[in-house]
Amino acid sequence: MAGAAVLGRLGPLRWRLAEVVEVVPETPSAATIVLDVPDWPGHRAGQHADVRLTAEDGYQAQRSYSIASAPEDPRLALTVERLENGEVSPFLVDELRAGDRIELRGPIGGYFVWEANGGPLRLLAGGSGVVPLMAMLRHREATRSEAPATLLYSARSLGEVLYRDELERLGAAGAGLRVSYTLTRERPPGWSGYDRRIDGDMLGEVFGPVDPAATAFVCGPTSFVEAAADALVALGHDPARVKTERFGPTGG
Amino acid sequence: MDADDLRLDGNSLGGLLGELFGREMTAALGTCASCGAVGEVATLVVYAHAPGTVGRCRACGAVLLRVVRAERRMWVDLRGLRSLQLEPLGEEP
Repeated sequence: MAGAAVLGRLGPLRWRLAEVVEVVPETPSAATIVLDVPDWPGHRAGQHADVRLTAEDGYQAQRSYSIASAPEDPRLALTVERLENGEVSPFLVDELRAGDRIELRGPIGGYFVWEANGGPLRLLAGGSGVVPLMAMLRHREATRSEAPATLLYSARSLGEVLYRDELERLGAAGAGLRVSYTLTRERPPGWSGYDRRIDGDMLGEVFGPVDPAATAFVCGPTSFVEAAADALVALGHDPARVKTERFGPTGG
Repeated sequence: MDADDLRLDGNSLGGLLGELFGREMTAALGTCASCGAVGEVATLVVYAHAPGTVGRCRACGAVLLRVVRAERRMWVDLRGLRSLQLEPLGEEP
């Protein structure tokens, strides 16, 4: 019932018990957790959810994870990167199994979101900062949006790149999506992409002239996000159209 | 990890403010009582690893909000915010 869905979306945040449908390894250090969430009110591309774990002695730990799935996907997917010494992510990536249940609340966020009619996309990802941007690209594909999109994805090595096969498919000729990589630490032999931290020259080459209708979404570690956002503004992008989301150690 | 990476932003306040206000708050526009800068709550500079959560103005660094949770109580200090502007419920984009 549409009315119920609307009420659900506007209702206060509450914890729901979500059931793990499957855990899909993405890289040696990251996995996608596919969940069945009862009464999930739906989400917008770019939003996140909070996950809460409770130990037998009652100790609780809570973390935020970006939603990777498109709003059109009936199941909710979170991609989680394992942080060494993390309290929550090693459990989610290594221990969680289909049929397990975890507490989850969301969707959360109203700023770092993109709607399919929201104009051209300039996406900048640092490491697992690609996750909410992937939700935008999946939303773009699910709605057959013709908004041109460009993704610049900075990772330490090719082995750490998330969703590589899917990005290749989404970026196939004629799809209106261009994907560029920069690998900052380790390159495979014959690598022809970028091999350094992002800078103004790179952003100028990848994104071309400033398009006043475009919105840039930048997500990654704080140092990456601030360098990228500053460089975009220096190139002439309207600061109000450069949206940022910083990941931090609390992601553990 | 750089020391800089301990600095988050107001996107991370979504769950906490959702609990406090019962609605999405990160797209709300806050006005800094110190310098008058206006920006979305999502753009605040946030330190969440302290005993409480602190949100600072991105323009001048003044403390705009503090939330401390202890002993089954929450303390909320918003005195650094002159105002919050937000869409009435049901009229969000």
